[in-house]
Amino acid sequence: MSRRVFVPGDTAAVAVGADEVAAALAKAAQLAGRDIEIVRNGSRGAFHLETLVEVETDQGRIGYGPVDPADVDGLVAAGLFDGAAHPLRLGDVGALPFFSRQTRLTFARAGITDPLSLSDYAAHGGVAGLEAALKLPPEKVIEIVKASGLRGLGGAGFPAGVKWETVRAAPGETKYVVCNADEGDSGTFADRLLMEADPFLLIEGLVIAAYAVGARLGYIYVRSEYPLAIRMLNRALEVLRRAGAIGTGIDIEIRVGAGAYVCGEETALLESLEGRRGQVRAKPPLPAHKGLFGCPTVVNNVLTLAAVPFILAHGAEAFRDFGLGRSRGTMPIQLGGDLKQGGVFETPFGITLGELVDDIGGGTASGRPVRAVQVGGPLGAYFPRSLFDTPFDFEAFAARGGMIGHGGVVVFNDTVQMARQARFAFEFCAAESCGKCTPCRIGAVRGVETMDKILNGQRVAANLELMEDLCDTMRQGSLCALGGFTPYPVRSAIEHFPEDFKAPTLAPQVPKNSGAAKAAPEAAE
Amino acid sequence: MSSDLDTIIDRHRDQPGALLPLLHDIQHAFGYVPPDRIADIAAALNISQAETHGVISFYTDFRTSPPARTVVKLCMAEACQARGAEAAAETLCAGLGLPMGETRADGRVALEPAYCLGLCASGPAALVDERPLARLSGARLEALIAKVQS
Repeated sequence: MSRRVFVPGDTAAVAVGADEVAAALAKAAQLAGRDIEIVRNGSRGAFHLETLVEVETDQGRIGYGPVDPADVDGLVAAGLFDGAAHPLRLGDVGALPFFSRQTRLTFARAGITDPLSLSDYAAHGGVAGLEAALKLPPEKVIEIVKASGLRGLGGAGFPAGVKWETVRAAPGETKYVVCNADEGDSGTFADRLLMEADPFLLIEGLVIAAYAVGARLGYIYVRSEYPLAIRMLNRALEVLRRAGAIGTGIDIEIRVGAGAYVCGEETALLESLEGRRGQVRAKPPLPAHKGLFGCPTVVNNVLTLAAVPFILAHGAEAFRDFGLGRSRGTMPIQLGGDLKQGGVFETPFGITLGELVDDIGGGTASGRPVRAVQVGGPLGAYFPRSLFDTPFDFEAFAARGGMIGHGGVVVFNDTVQMARQARFAFEFCAAESCGKCTPCRIGAVRGVETMDKILNGQRVAANLELMEDLCDTMRQGSLCALGGFTPYPVRSAIEHFPEDFKAPTLAPQVPKNSGAAKAAPEAAE
Repeated sequence: MSSDLDTIIDRHRDQPGALLPLLHDIQHAFGYVPPDRIADIAAALNISQAETHGVISFYTDFRTSPPARTVVKLCMAEACQARGAEAAAETLCAGLGLPMGETRADGRVALEPAYCLGLCASGPAALVDERPLARLSGARLEALIAKVQS
């Protein structure tokens, strides 16, 4: 029997040369006369170890990483196919602290299985959730999801079961489930990894949701910046259709975004799905009452839907037992920026920010001291080290003027200039604003201008006061989170890093690479 | 070209919310959305030309003129900033001989900013004609420049 060798085929691995590593391994095996089968799994989620090659041996799966294509011949000569010693040998990858400290409910199979093998999926606990759900009346499925305490993991944290109940109860023959896979927040990549490493899980969660609310069609709206995830989902659907597992009762269509951050907002996403500009809708009506094509619609994030199969397979209790306060279950946290060990770290709610940055992440990759951590994407607050005791939990972050959002943690070292980060927050908002409401469309542009004055040392105190007023207007007056939350990074930067906003320390000029304003000229119209 | 484009339009004619998938398919086949066919697209989907144009201009991905031979989308979002994206941008601009957000006069390469490619732990990162690249500093960045120039 041929020996199985795992070389991840997801974006994070391919971006650092995994395709070349796989090709080199195939060639080296042929030269050595070894019979190997290369499995393109997904990444396990420790991106500092990519390309992570694993070999199935008599002693179990032995990992090597990070492997560069140039390392392959040496590794093979040293006996990689037999799990032999080498400086890059990691042994049992699951036993590394980065993984042994995780609680993987959603990412249980990521990196372990062949993402497109249905038999692998079933052998590792897949399909059990759907089978359990289909034995129950839809109302009971909703009850279980409610009892689990699962909240929307896209950022808003709305109880998933309550949303489903609303859609089920809403009048109308046609209902939809829409999966929001427009993962635009910088610093987040858990949706992408899940779609690439375990696409059947998302599809299973979506089918359960559709069964529960009485929908016959589900859409997965994926951002165009994720070409490999799109390909993987389409291939997974093909496998399922060929196996006759989908397409009769409930069907799924993959839709691709077109480079608009605001389409991650649920009503803008629905507009985009309907074939229009991604402009935010005023609420009410809620999408649960009047969503896609005017029909009751569940809009859930990838991670929310992907958490559902576990809950159905193991019961609400098994999920609810994890967590802290009103944040139940686990959160796939994404560690990025200047960190030694970055990637997806799934853990029960409650771990502190300091543990994530210093212990799990291992401090900065650059070796410089950590200065600021932005949690929750481009609209999330910047936290200094003095707030590292904050537990990862929806309410705890909100209480300190921040948000966990979609779970992105981005670490900056001491070279960061916080006034420039505040300027970038406005610049990003100006580029990505859909233009529907004035506080966001104009406020963001005024914010950039005012920050430029502050950066140039013009009437700093007066302009900071103006900034406070502007933030208030955007916070209170914007239609959605883009304009409404842009004040978070700005205010937190001013509050926690006031020394960066004092005239003498400021950089003499505005940054050179202000490409955002050019990226979307329509924002300036 | 026109008959192929008609086939694509026909394929989407009855699809609910067809405009984005249709524009993606056209752009995939031709590299851009020919402006002289906007009227046909609008007519097929029973929407106005203004609405069609509005959608094309709203989304960064859609364009109405042929793209550069190679499109480099460099991530300029926070996580990559924290890993040296600005230095990478300067090196790329100098190495390729064009400013960020523009297409070189010879049409061989365009450099565009992107806002997160989901490679936040391995930045600086880029998509080069849909192919992801990460850890873009030093030799890897030089190799990218050399490859695009060749």
